[in-house]
Amino acid sequence: MPEAFLVKRCAHHRWLHRFALLTALVTFCLIWVGGLVTSHGVGMAVPDWPTTYGYNMFFFPVSQWLGGIFYEHTHRLVASGVGFLTIILAIWTWAQEERRWLRNLGWIALGAVVLQGVLGGLRVTQMKDEIGIFHAALAQLFFVLTGAIALFTSPWWQRGSPGKMTIYAGGRFRYLFAAVTGLIFVQLVLGASMRHQHAGLAIPDFPLAYGKVWPSADEASVERYNRDRREVTALNPITAGQIHLQMTHRLAAVAILAAVAWAAGRTRQRLGWGSPLARLAAVWLGLIVVQGALGAFTIWTNKAADIATAHVAVGALSLMTGSLLVLMAARLELGASECAGSATPAAAAAGELAASARVTPSGSELPAGR
Amino acid sequence: MKMSLPCLSLSLAFLAGSVPGLLAGEITGKVVLKGTPKPEIKIDLVPMCGAANPNKDNVTTRHYVVGPGGGLANVFVYLKDAKAAPAKGPTPVLDQVGCMYEPYVFGLVVNQPFKIHNSDALLHNVHATPKLNKEFNFGQPLKGQENEKSFDQAEVMVRVKCDVHPWMLAYIGVCDHPYFAVTDKDGNYKISDVPDGKYTIVAYHVKTHGATNPGLSNPIEVKGTAKADFTIEIP
Repeated sequence: MPEAFLVKRCAHHRWLHRFALLTALVTFCLIWVGGLVTSHGVGMAVPDWPTTYGYNMFFFPVSQWLGGIFYEHTHRLVASGVGFLTIILAIWTWAQEERRWLRNLGWIALGAVVLQGVLGGLRVTQMKDEIGIFHAALAQLFFVLTGAIALFTSPWWQRGSPGKMTIYAGGRFRYLFAAVTGLIFVQLVLGASMRHQHAGLAIPDFPLAYGKVWPSADEASVERYNRDRREVTALNPITAGQIHLQMTHRLAAVAILAAVAWAAGRTRQRLGWGSPLARLAAVWLGLIVVQGALGAFTIWTNKAADIATAHVAVGALSLMTGSLLVLMAARLELGASECAGSATPAAAAAGELAASARVTPSGSELPAGR
Repeated sequence: MKMSLPCLSLSLAFLAGSVPGLLAGEITGKVVLKGTPKPEIKIDLVPMCGAANPNKDNVTTRHYVVGPGGGLANVFVYLKDAKAAPAKGPTPVLDQVGCMYEPYVFGLVVNQPFKIHNSDALLHNVHATPKLNKEFNFGQPLKGQENEKSFDQAEVMVRVKCDVHPWMLAYIGVCDHPYFAVTDKDGNYKISDVPDGKYTIVAYHVKTHGATNPGLSNPIEVKGTAKADFTIEIP
């Protein structure tokens, strides 16, 4: 991570920070609405793009927002709103921010949202499910990007820390959080791959799978699964690959739960509840537990749209929380020298860190301002 | 030169015998379901669809439509290895009535145009999701709107769906000849004007056979008439 990324502290633009928060919040809403589109299987309910049934999308009659069109059209409108917010955010950041890398980050966010819009449009016009997977994955990354910008413009980030420090001996939290967050992202891509095959539940039971610990996926079994299931909507046939994909998703979920629980426990043990990292890591663990429950309920409710969408949304929050933890840990561990010139913020940061530090029985190295 | 009637008959009979397939035959049969399928799922129509559908309280999925004698409806029966031949008869119509597609299953010949009609005063989109043919998706916002489409490759089956009302489904069997039929509510079918010859006849049921199973097939010889019954079993 480049030093300039961490150490430069400049004037705090309160409203820019609030606007970045708003953008992240609306992006979260967009992920929720996008999740509803896929959960209801109505991504193709509006066959044209960027128009809506030949209308300029902003003038499409409300009386026609029916059935699947409601979800898809609402998704497009909220997406337009996020695009608009991102344009403002990029320009605002460029105009007010002293940190060049942050100004660049604003433009990167703008590029990402444009790419995301084009991917969404191509998903419709090219009628390719595969594009939906990239669309879903980029949505998660864009959400993280908006959250990161909000963090970078926050007073907490700009206060900085008084210098580089090692939070605890034997490792650095940012690497720990980064590894687990990377695993969560892989898990979200697996989930998106399952959802965008539009095949419903490849395995309809949980915790077993077709009544077994590991389901049969030979040709005859898969044919039987397809024949025996009942569905109202147009679902693509289950394949052996989808069965393996869901089993991988389940195993990855267990691995993530274990990893986050360990990371949260380790953080609390080393830093104590006074540390923002420990508190956020505890929230992270809570999200993962909720996420696991939602995953189970997604199956038990035969992929009820609201439950499945909540599963997507909490997944996004889990990724966001992990990403924020990575950045915050990096901020605390690498500290800030250039930005700590101002006595008051530096002292505040030092005080915060001192409050979060405690000595372990073994006398390990702990956070210490210097 | 005058030719007597018996002489003409003999000549035609000779010609028919020496040129296979000149005389058109007919294949009839019945498809029966053995076993008890799971109950169909009731479809809760949204209010606007309900208003357009007089049968709104009894709309269900159509996985297994079984007649009193076990006859299975909506089975696509076709000759697998018949020579290519043009379509016959009127232009097929896929209608949208009360937020359901009618018919649920039907057949087409390659490149045969068919009409897609909207009988509802509702907006539908018509989304075909073939594997071999070209996918299409367009809107029909107006009552009475009609579009014409065709498929340029043989494919059994092409799914058509409405994403606005995701329970709306239809399936089209596309063959490169017109020798196919769909079983009626009693499981009966009739394929007409089949040239005499030896074929393989296939019965394909969407729910039973799905994407991987090509369906039940039997050899059949057509000499004027032929009969082929099928039994589809579900455990």
